[in-house]
Amino acid sequence: MKDNGNDRIDLHTDPRFKIANREALIGVALVIINFLWWFGFAYGLGSGPIEDYRFIFGMPEWFVYSCIGGFLLMVALVIFVVKVFFKDVSFEDEEREDHT
Amino acid sequence: MNIAVMTSLFGFLTLIFAIGFWSSRNVNRKGSGFLQEYFLGSRELGGFILAMTMIATYGSASSFIGGPGVAYTQGLGWVLLAMAQVATGYFVLMVLGKKFAIIARKYNALTLVDFLRRRYNSKWVALFSAFSIIIFLFSAMAAQWVGGARLIESLTGLTYTSALFIFAIAVLAYVIIGGFRAVVITDTVQGVVMFFGTLIILVGTIIAGGGITNIMSDLMAENPNLVTPFGHDGSLTPAYVSSFWILVGVGVIALPQVTVRAMSYKNSQAMHRALIVGTIVVGFIMLGMHLIGVFARPILPGVDVPDQVMPMIAMEVLPPWLAGIVLAAPLAAIMSTVDSLLLLVSSAVVKDVYINYVKPDASNERIKKVSFGVTAILGILVFAMALSPPDLLIWLNLFAFGGLEAAFIWPVIFGLYWNRANKYGALSSMIAGVFSYVLIHQFYPDPFGMHSVVLPVVLSFVVFVVATIVTEPKQKLTIDA
Repeated sequence: MKDNGNDRIDLHTDPRFKIANREALIGVALVIINFLWWFGFAYGLGSGPIEDYRFIFGMPEWFVYSCIGGFLLMVALVIFVVKVFFKDVSFEDEEREDHT
Repeated sequence: MNIAVMTSLFGFLTLIFAIGFWSSRNVNRKGSGFLQEYFLGSRELGGFILAMTMIATYGSASSFIGGPGVAYTQGLGWVLLAMAQVATGYFVLMVLGKKFAIIARKYNALTLVDFLRRRYNSKWVALFSAFSIIIFLFSAMAAQWVGGARLIESLTGLTYTSALFIFAIAVLAYVIIGGFRAVVITDTVQGVVMFFGTLIILVGTIIAGGGITNIMSDLMAENPNLVTPFGHDGSLTPAYVSSFWILVGVGVIALPQVTVRAMSYKNSQAMHRALIVGTIVVGFIMLGMHLIGVFARPILPGVDVPDQVMPMIAMEVLPPWLAGIVLAAPLAAIMSTVDSLLLLVSSAVVKDVYINYVKPDASNERIKKVSFGVTAILGILVFAMALSPPDLLIWLNLFAFGGLEAAFIWPVIFGLYWNRANKYGALSSMIAGVFSYVLIHQFYPDPFGMHSVVLPVVLSFVVFVVATIVTEPKQKLTIDA
């Protein structure tokens, strides 16, 4: 534990950080998709007069698409990106992989 | 109350005790790595446990008791708001993710404050963070104790003081004895109870209400606004509801009780698994619990105290023995939140202040004694405060989460993703975030129709960037720890 100015880690050189940065961007992208879907269906379908509401399984259409549909969509997307894009890396320092 | 309800409840508490004692054997075995083991469980969490402990810590009393109560009043618009929390299931782990896990190991960091101290190499950053954590989380915790004791009180008919006493003994015993590992393992049990509890009450409520279609027409007959996204009186505007994506969605990344879990998992497979399990479970619990609140309205009209909706509906729609088991879930939620907060506050005192700045050469034996002692003293202090909660406490608790988010969100994110970020940026951003949040919350709440947390988060971002650019010349920074 030497504490003298030498604590800074370069946040970009380690090849594992390239993987981590990409996965963080995927996280940001997922949040944006999630938010747009949630907002679009809730206020797109829910803003009209209540007499015009349509119902699915007894619940208002906006709610089914925005909340239930949005949740199922995110579960599917998370499973997809984790299985397809996420890479296993070691967290310890000894074994640095070379991906270049 | 009811014998069957009480039997299941106390059965659950006994189970928790047993788990705490069992885990404590691990602490005693590993003498040398005591701090690492007591506060982080030796960084050995698997995926399922990681997901559950994050959910149980975050899905506290507010979501199990308070949330359904508000949904009962506001209708489907509040369920919509609550669904912003689905994002926490994946966002936190993806963004902090592997980078935080790797860097926390390089720094040998056990707490968020450790990480910030080493990253920014500044005593003042560390001390300001530690004190923010101690003050905000201590208050948040005391208010959860009040909630837990009230729940026991309403279920058992004991007096408030005895209820609080039972609650305190149960919590303290296993936090002190078991440490982080006991807490996360019981979190897992509690997460599972919450999951199935939600499912069972939801199904019971739908049956009791005569089906969803029936419930919806009852709601519309009472007040059509209950099935719109705008709340019972049309006051939930899109801007206000959307701003909760920051408070309970992406901002959660900055809560110390969440970040500490993001440095405790074993390997990247555990993280991948937690992403999937966490998203499913948190989404289901949030959707289910808040829907229960809305569906309960036609079945139990005219409940005055919203916090009682959840216990009342469970006892209404389920047989008593099942209600007892299921009501263990909100108690579980409160207890696991309290445990993690207690552990975190005591780690801020012991690790971040005592070892770093008071007695750096303390022996292992001594650290161990101080850790147990501080945890016990904190518990007793919280107990004393919860006996007759001061007004200030409730005031502080209301914005504890927002305050922590305003303080830590940019120091954490820039600390991981921006080489130039330095201590001047971090410290000024934390100070600007905390103080602007307190001021806005107090004197000009919800500016522009958005939750008070939004502006301070924007402000602390600007302050961080400006302060860093002014003080840190653009140069090549290399050298690792």
